[in-house]
Amino acid sequence: MSTKLYRSLFDFPREERFVSGHRLCAGCTIGPVMRLLTKIAGKDAIIVNATGCLEVSSTPYPYTSWRNPWIHVAFENAGAVASGVEAAIKMLKKKGMLNKDIKVIAIGGDGGTVDIGLQALSGMLERGHKVMYVLYDNEAYMNTGIQRSGATPYGAWTTTTPAGKVWRGEWRPKKDIDAIVAAHRVPYVATASPAYPIDLANKFKKALDYLEEGPTFVHVLIPCTTGWRFDPSLGIKLARLAVETGMWILYEIDHGTFRVTYPVKKRKPVKEYLKPQGRFRHLTEEEIEKIQKLVDQEVERINKIVGKEVIGPVA
Amino acid sequence: MASLEVAKEVKKPKPLSTNSAVAYAVKDLDVDVVSAYPITPQTTVVEKIADFIANGELDAEMIHVESEHSALSAAIGAAATGARTFTATASQGLALMHEILHIASGMRMPIVMSVAMRALSAPISIWNDHSDVMNARDAGWIIYFVSSAQEAYDTIIQAFKLAEDPDILLPVMVAYDGYVMSHTIEPVITEDRDEVLKFAPKRPFPYRLDPDNPVTMGPIADPNWFYEIKYQQVMAMERALEKAREIDEEFRKTFGRGYGIYECFMCDDAEALIVAKTSYAATLKTILPKMWEKGYKVGLLRLRLYRPFPVEDFKNILDKVDAVLVIDRAISYGAPLQGPLAMEFSSLIVKEDLKLNLTSVVAGIGQRRMIDSDFENLVKLAWESRTKKYDRTIFYGVRL
Repeated sequence: MSTKLYRSLFDFPREERFVSGHRLCAGCTIGPVMRLLTKIAGKDAIIVNATGCLEVSSTPYPYTSWRNPWIHVAFENAGAVASGVEAAIKMLKKKGMLNKDIKVIAIGGDGGTVDIGLQALSGMLERGHKVMYVLYDNEAYMNTGIQRSGATPYGAWTTTTPAGKVWRGEWRPKKDIDAIVAAHRVPYVATASPAYPIDLANKFKKALDYLEEGPTFVHVLIPCTTGWRFDPSLGIKLARLAVETGMWILYEIDHGTFRVTYPVKKRKPVKEYLKPQGRFRHLTEEEIEKIQKLVDQEVERINKIVGKEVIGPVA
Repeated sequence: MASLEVAKEVKKPKPLSTNSAVAYAVKDLDVDVVSAYPITPQTTVVEKIADFIANGELDAEMIHVESEHSALSAAIGAAATGARTFTATASQGLALMHEILHIASGMRMPIVMSVAMRALSAPISIWNDHSDVMNARDAGWIIYFVSSAQEAYDTIIQAFKLAEDPDILLPVMVAYDGYVMSHTIEPVITEDRDEVLKFAPKRPFPYRLDPDNPVTMGPIADPNWFYEIKYQQVMAMERALEKAREIDEEFRKTFGRGYGIYECFMCDDAEALIVAKTSYAATLKTILPKMWEKGYKVGLLRLRLYRPFPVEDFKNILDKVDAVLVIDRAISYGAPLQGPLAMEFSSLIVKEDLKLNLTSVVAGIGQRRMIDSDFENLVKLAWESRTKKYDRTIFYGVRL
């Protein structure tokens, strides 16, 4: 693939397509990600949005933040709606009723993607619809008030996995949605972070360029000031700490080839990532140690896949 | 009807099931996107459409979705992009779509869906009654009940013209009896595609997803806006009544077949009426002449356009009789009358201050057998009800 990659922030298109006035929380990291996504996608892209924070915050009737054609139908069906849009474009072009190349982008949160929307997503991937799916993952049902989802990490407090005398926050590990998507043998799967905009932009760009071959998937970790309980000024810093501690590994699976796009020579201890967040405040030293071990295991697994040490030990 | 004779001279009917007739209509309408999931007894509609596409007789994208929920979701995506879009389902499938039924009408999507009606579980039953569509009646869709394979073919064509009308923009359901109609063969005249497309030219959704004129569809509406948007649906549904009547009239002029928005059979001089739909109405048309000979002056009001409900027409019809017997093939558990359609006629009688007896009969649940003698019994019951009041719903044919 001959995707021309971005080298600096100055390479990004100047045009604004996700505009101000939306009702996202102060400090929410979805806004900048959508701004970047729409810049890279450009004018000729239709956006399908699952129900969620982004959808309710960006389209309070009669206002909208979207300069692209945009549709929301329900929570669990962004994959199916996007399939319909893509099929329609294909047939209308074939019949001469449409003379334009239009890309289709589906966007869903973690609940709308890994839980209730998994079936529609799998159908879309399996049928090979040329849709780029962006998962913005804030690791719980934030729009309804911080209930746990399949993407909530081990140990995290949520309103349905509270920390009490018996329960100590979420007790199950985060669902590996990227492996599930990759199992559909799609041309491109990537994880990304708003703290690494060049890496993020290039992943969006590749995912859009590869659409000629089939569906693509980009999974972005979205620090959530209200749900993770941190100061609104710290969103990007936490996104970076997630990567630096190995809690969130930036990689891509390009035509089956796994590559870590941001190697970390020396990891910071997970404690540095957990400490600023209220959702982990209840954790004891032993419990933090357990999370450290889980991360160590995951790093080992990733290094094994790559065949060398791309993510180093805790410094 | 003279025009029908003419049509028959030129066109040779094909032996088609109602399901096949629907598929032929979809082909002749040059539908762009078909999004459907298999469910008995709807499946052969989609199979036949797949044959048409596989053989190059129809150029359409078929989306082999993984559920009915996704079938209708994908249909919305396609219709919103400007494609002529069709789906089909029944029973549990229609129930699984329920959430999206409301969204399709709320987003004013001109989608047409055929429903081969079937009972709802539990216990599981693959057989016919009308529980599925009655369960979906308040979802904001225009609903037709058709009584023959020919009427199904013709109504699918009318339905697209109605759905895509810029003054309407509502999804349309065309419902008929599973098995009893979906899998039985009748002679059906199909029309030339060019003629069908001349009658129902494609009118893509006027506010479609277009990068040159970007729109935001399906936003969040707070209490200050939601109500007015829903009221626009109310008004569109009201407009649909006369529009449906006009389209049927135009269809009759063009193709020589027409049905009106309802049918009143042997209503002149009738003293009582039976309200029925789909195959029961067709059967009653063979029963009534014999019963008139025996002195039972009972007419048939066959429901065809159900939503919107032809209030004025029905009022004038009911005004002339002493009794009406409403056959329901669904149960509204615990309701004042357990026949949902009977309740609607009951409210019509109260609303219009009509003076006649109403009898609610539930029959044919889960395709419990109804033969000629059963229909004769119902005709007699309708006749008796002129002078006798039945306060409770009669569950005809149930073993007690």
